[in-house]
Amino acid sequence: MAIGMEDGNALAGTLSEIFTVDVTAAQVRCASCGHTCAVANLHVYGPQPGSVARCPGCEAVLLRIVRTRSDAWLDVRGTMYLRVPLAAS
Amino acid sequence: MAGLRARLSWRAATLVDLRDETPTARTLVLDVPDWPGHLAGQHVDVRLTAPDGYSTQRSYSIASAADGTRVELTVQRVIDGEVSSYLIEEFRVGDEIELRGPVGGWFVWRPNDTSPTLLVAGGSGVVPLMAMIRARRAAENRSLCRLVYSMRTPEDVIYADDLLRPGGPDVSVDVQLVHTRAAPPSSPRPAGRMTHAELARWAWPTDLEPHNYVCGPTAFVEAVADQLVALGHDSAQIRTERFG
Repeated sequence: MAIGMEDGNALAGTLSEIFTVDVTAAQVRCASCGHTCAVANLHVYGPQPGSVARCPGCEAVLLRIVRTRSDAWLDVRGTMYLRVPLAAS
Repeated sequence: MAGLRARLSWRAATLVDLRDETPTARTLVLDVPDWPGHLAGQHVDVRLTAPDGYSTQRSYSIASAADGTRVELTVQRVIDGEVSSYLIEEFRVGDEIELRGPVGGWFVWRPNDTSPTLLVAGGSGVVPLMAMIRARRAAENRSLCRLVYSMRTPEDVIYADDLLRPGGPDVSVDVQLVHTRAAPPSSPRPAGRMTHAELARWAWPTDLEPHNYVCGPTAFVEAVADQLVALGHDSAQIRTERFG
């Protein structure tokens, strides 16, 4: 497979294995530059051996996801916060 | 300790029909038992596993409106694309692939959305936008909708049968084709990239609070999104999906 850049929309499947809500529609704030956008708008490289999602503002790494046969590894240290839209309670 | 059970599981999908859309794009009509339905713009992950256990996967937009257990994907052949090469050259009616989905909640259009909609496609970025047009048609949603579709030549038009039939895909959908390399003789527009002036003319007035969906190669998507922002559109209502 050609190594090409996709966007955060392509992470929906892997993230849906871990979370009950669709995280690609969440807003994410970059811990490096403060840029805030939908996870769907992140620049994503991968998916092998893992997916790396970078900030469209400064290209800092916000999320890294590696799926092994038995586990999903999710590294979010570049993310200041995720704001997840939920139905009013 | 037992691992958490995956919330999203792989299902077997069987190819029941195929259609060649262009010399390099093919639509795969799949039957997926227990398919839960989907929203236009959502996608699926497709996984291929070789006899030796080597496995690879790729995300594809769904091309069809929700219709029982039937799901259509349109695959564009990609140079060195091992998944697309297999799906176009070797995958035959009756064969199975593994698929999971639908996934994605950002680049989606809902049938009860009555806002004017602008769909801007670059190349095979038309796939999820065609799903939106088909979902509008299925829901008999007659809100304002315009598709601006940029491709290289007339033979690169995916879904030409649907988009170019007399009257268009739907009476309420206006279709504008942008040929960047070669235009058909009948076209009043010479070949060339979409200009700022054209997009300004085709975009809905910002006062109507339109919803804008842009899908295509990264450079195309960024250029169109930037121009829509410059025209005064709310960036929260410019939804993008990019590849390549």
